[in-house]
Amino acid sequence: MSRNKIEKLQNEQTTENNTLSGRDYKYGFVTEIETDRIPEGLNEDVVSLISEKKNEPSWMRDWRLKAYRHWQTMKEPHWPNFQYSPIDYNAISYYNAPKKTTGKPKTMDEVDPELIKTFDRLGIPLTEKKRLAGVAVDAVFDSVSVGTTHQSELAKLGIIFCPISEAIQKHPKLVQKYLGSVVPYGDNFFAALNSAVFSDGSFCYIPKGVHSPLELSTYFRINAAASGQFERTLIIAEDDSYVSYLEGCTAPTRDENQLHAAVVELIAMNDAEIKYSTVQNWYSGDREGKGGIYNFVTKRGKCEGVNSKISWTQVEAGAAITWKYPGCILKGDNSVGEFYSVALTNHRMAADTGTRMIHIGKNTRSTIISKGISSDESNNNYRGMVKIMPSAFRARNYSQCDSMLVGNKCSANTFPTIEVNNNSATVEHEASTSRINADQIFYLVSRGLDTEGAVSLIINGFCKDVFKELPMEFAVEAVKLLEMKLEGSVG
Amino acid sequence: MSKEEITKMKDAMFEIKDLCVNVGKTTILKGINLTIHPGEVHAVMGPNGSGKSTLAKVIAGHPDYQATKGEILYEINRKKIDILDLAPEERAREGIFMAYQYPVEIPGVSTSVFLRAAFNEICKHQGAEEMDPLDFDAYLREKMKILNMDDKFINRPVNVDFSGGEKKRNEILQMAVLNPRFSVLDETDSGLDIDSMRIVADGINKLRRKDNAILLITHYQRLLNYVVPDFVHILRHGQIVRSEGKELAMKVEEKGYDWLS
Repeated sequence: MSRNKIEKLQNEQTTENNTLSGRDYKYGFVTEIETDRIPEGLNEDVVSLISEKKNEPSWMRDWRLKAYRHWQTMKEPHWPNFQYSPIDYNAISYYNAPKKTTGKPKTMDEVDPELIKTFDRLGIPLTEKKRLAGVAVDAVFDSVSVGTTHQSELAKLGIIFCPISEAIQKHPKLVQKYLGSVVPYGDNFFAALNSAVFSDGSFCYIPKGVHSPLELSTYFRINAAASGQFERTLIIAEDDSYVSYLEGCTAPTRDENQLHAAVVELIAMNDAEIKYSTVQNWYSGDREGKGGIYNFVTKRGKCEGVNSKISWTQVEAGAAITWKYPGCILKGDNSVGEFYSVALTNHRMAADTGTRMIHIGKNTRSTIISKGISSDESNNNYRGMVKIMPSAFRARNYSQCDSMLVGNKCSANTFPTIEVNNNSATVEHEASTSRINADQIFYLVSRGLDTEGAVSLIINGFCKDVFKELPMEFAVEAVKLLEMKLEGSVG
Repeated sequence: MSKEEITKMKDAMFEIKDLCVNVGKTTILKGINLTIHPGEVHAVMGPNGSGKSTLAKVIAGHPDYQATKGEILYEINRKKIDILDLAPEERAREGIFMAYQYPVEIPGVSTSVFLRAAFNEICKHQGAEEMDPLDFDAYLREKMKILNMDDKFINRPVNVDFSGGEKKRNEILQMAVLNPRFSVLDETDSGLDIDSMRIVADGINKLRRKDNAILLITHYQRLLNYVVPDFVHILRHGQIVRSEGKELAMKVEEKGYDWLS
């Protein structure tokens, strides 16, 4: 038997095992690929080695080392409303790159076919022939970007869309100016860790007056075992520009927890708008809570310019633990921040997620719509902060936090914080808790819908204010994802 | 019309035979027999706890109500099918409808989206073309006139913050939209003031046709003044103890249920 055939057989076997063990997670497969891996452990040498592997300029390495030293002085945060076993930071490998991509391929034809196949299977075709028409994709596999589509098309408009490691080489001034300007390395424990060891992620620069005709997106795939993924994304929208950015993510089914600690920074100048959408579907562990990704993420946008707007839309349906508060610093007068979120937890998942809206400029406005769905024995929390600074005259905020419980063993909590330092502000907060129950399902079923259709109608109804903010294809995906997750939980 | 077809017309469209139903371990219905022809309105009356609502639920296919004996035959394409073998959604798609005594609230789902989803499921099953939102909107507004309903109603979430009367009207609106062949109305009159009752009763009367049938389940005779039944059955302790014409309802109103055994 040839080697190829053996490999193919092995692959098929893995697929079969996955369908048997984790039927509800179709992305749980592992790609067998040779990797360039830095052994487990974290110290200054490892940080320098990552920098070296990426052939980085010294300012970048120094910044990483500063972050690392600062991180060592910090403590892992345990204030969120969930428990997790301590993370052994020396048991993690901080760099895993598929070997064949160490020298960055120039075209998609040079990318390892095994990787192309992997992304095909994830529904992210990368090759010229098959790639998605309206969406430019940067595909990140473990610690490196393996390919970015539509780059030349975007370059014609002056849009830079590339892996951040490439931006550090080619656009050092932009990176140096903005990296860490919204999330400084000392911001929090995981942001510091990320700043020290981040490997890849995307860089987007939209020049003045340009409305990106394509959706830009990054797909993050964790593949290697005993590894972490530390992505870093930086998006800059110059005056009067517009960009819609999407991210998706998946990981193999594994019994061990894996750490994903990302930092995303957005900067919007005068009259610029950034729309950032996430569909997060990391492996979330099995029914008993074994395995799954720890998703500890810092995302923040800065509305630097007047009339600028940053809008976060997230569908958080995966990960064993999610700790994430995408926020907006509304510095420019009349700037607008939005946060639309659906967080679904099932099995033993825990989510502590929400947003922070910091109003600094005059007439700044923010909207928060959060929908939490918890089922089985999961724990779903909204945590949010609205802060009106003394300078923020006539600032306005509207927050709505709704929780839906499926079954009677799950929990939902809301922790809103409102701090108002200017009495011309208007701040509204509404919250509700509801329950999806067998009576509702039967009511719909007795009108001719099947159970699946009934659940989908209810979930869609509950989440529609968030789903309508998602790009069309993403909205369809999101609905399917939630339906799949809730299958068997209702009744 | 051929002789055969005439005989078919005379055939019952809905027949309950020796039906026994358990809820948990308790037997609620103990051998029900009921025969209903197209065009007929039957009323089932009975005191509290006699099994009226159980009868409605078992016809609709509620999973908590288990038939332990007997059958419910329903004519589908000229064949008699025991609907106890059908899932609740299949029963609905074949034209069986239950108006709930306590309609369920579904937050976030607008009445029009819900009704269109249900309507299209039924169309799909019956091989008819599904309706797009615009056409359906026009169709829905037409049906709402039957029940004097406000236009704003269709965008409100299903039954959320509806008054008791609005909920009951919404049930009959669903009946008008889904156009069933056999409807069970479970205590549709309960909790209605006299004006709402008239509107609801008018609606039901407008939906009476030669080819459909209605089973009214009620505690009081009141509704039957407006929707006049062809037959009245008295249910006591899980059995039908008497079946007569509409005048039986008057007797019950006068004398109560105790004289019947």
